[in-house]
Amino acid sequence: MQNTIQHTDIYAIALHHRFQWEEAQQCYVILFPEGMVKLNGGAGEVLKLVDGQRSVGEVVAALQATFPDVPDIEKDILAMFDLALGKAWLRKLN
Amino acid sequence: MAQQNNGVAANVTHTQPLWLLAEVTYRCPLHCAFCYNPTDYDKHTQNELSTEQWIQALRDARKLGALQLGISGGEPLLRDDIEDIVVEAKKLGYYSNLITSGVGLTEKRIQAFKEGGLDHIQLSMHDITEEINNFITNTRTFELKKKVAAMIKNHGYPMVLNVVIHRYNIGHIKEILEMAEALGADYVELANTQYYGWSLVNRSQLMPSKEQIDHAEKITNEFRAKVGNKMKIFFVVPDYFAERPKKCMNGWGEVFMIVTANGDVLPCHSARVLPNMQFPNVRDKGLEWAWKDSPAFNKYRGDSWMKAPCRTCPEKDNDLAGCRCQAFLLTGDAESADPVCSLSPNHHIIEKAIEDAKNPQLQAQPIVFRTDKNSKKIIAGELQERVADFHALP
Ligand code: SF4
Ligand code: SF4
Repeated sequence: MQNTIQHTDIYAIALHHRFQWEEAQQCYVILFPEGMVKLNGGAGEVLKLVDGQRSVGEVVAALQATFPDVPDIEKDILAMFDLALGKAWLRKLN
Repeated sequence: MAQQNNGVAANVTHTQPLWLLAEVTYRCPLHCAFCYNPTDYDKHTQNELSTEQWIQALRDARKLGALQLGISGGEPLLRDDIEDIVVEAKKLGYYSNLITSGVGLTEKRIQAFKEGGLDHIQLSMHDITEEINNFITNTRTFELKKKVAAMIKNHGYPMVLNVVIHRYNIGHIKEILEMAEALGADYVELANTQYYGWSLVNRSQLMPSKEQIDHAEKITNEFRAKVGNKMKIFFVVPDYFAERPKKCMNGWGEVFMIVTANGDVLPCHSARVLPNMQFPNVRDKGLEWAWKDSPAFNKYRGDSWMKAPCRTCPEKDNDLAGCRCQAFLLTGDAESADPVCSLSPNHHIIEKAIEDAKNPQLQAQPIVFRTDKNSKKIIAGELQERVADFHALP
């Protein structure tokens, strides 16, 4: 389902879900009714930028600027969007 | 990643209480036959923690890593300080959940919860028929629950319904799911009765047959396929009919911490039935000591306490030998395998319970509803015929 994500898409964290940094676990988490997910570093970096304002393309550009040494980062970011969408952590705004 | 504690010396732990359940009161206007509260709850209705003590407990648990907060009971809305607890939970960064029968939820209170930052409300529903709702809760609450469901939706909350399944409503699973869909539910938990507390006393009256459960699960799967992601449906399988026990609380002292109305700190709801255990209380040494260092929380961490057949069982990591409370209540030995396991030397006890539930004479015994009066009777040693089979008061 890779191609479902477009660079112009704008996403936000899904309704009734909360994304936050957890000091005690040293990671980002997503919280929702009856559950929670601890995110690994990469996933946290992506979702941190998903704010209902930036488009997918802008998220990619921002992360490319922050992590210039990571090869093919765009592919990883799109895969992360794909995963997050599949898990219903995100909602599409446009 | 979650730290595994197996095989590590019992007092070395890297676990965190991710889930904090605050059982803020045992008082309840309902009298559910399947209530898992302790049958002697009446002892704990006089010495409830104060608002300040709850707020301190919330702060201390958050420092230990707690994230998900359940505010439960009894009926939590019988306390008038839930608003203050909600505000503090929000401030601390909890994802907070009010677990309620709906009795006492007014427009004014739900508005205060919303403004205070409560994240969601889990409403218990019982059946599509007024008769069975009112019978099983021993109250007239059917119409009220429908009103409360609408109120929850109107305030923009996700609708999380919890339906305890037993012999009296298992035949209505399809209708219950249709009702949930009509109410706009986002999550529905069909929780087959687990036999602790009052539901253990009423086990022969409540337990459905294997055929009924299989049928209910089939209907649930069909419904799930139909509604898709719109409504998430969880079907909690009853462990009596499984080959293997559940990994109770996801492991003793692994991720759950319960603080009860009087401040006892427990690794699971019914842990107080266990013998020779002194559970910590928030009034003594605080939550950090309770979680990390108290002998009670360390007693069944990991697997070094296990006996045969669990000790050498290749499957022990899957279920950690099941539920300590169920093992003790039914076999008299808290360290034995959960008798639900077909490898347990005590498995016949579960088979007998299933047979008993088919016995028309036992079925016809009156239900012992969860009331203050019945709780007092049980504390006083009455109703012996209903509790004598168990190794502690359920
Ligand atoms: S199960 Fe019923 S009686 Fe027990 S606490 Fe919940 S609402 Fe009250
Ligand atoms: S023997 Fe013990 S550890 Fe093995 S499956 Fe049964 S309960 Fe679990």
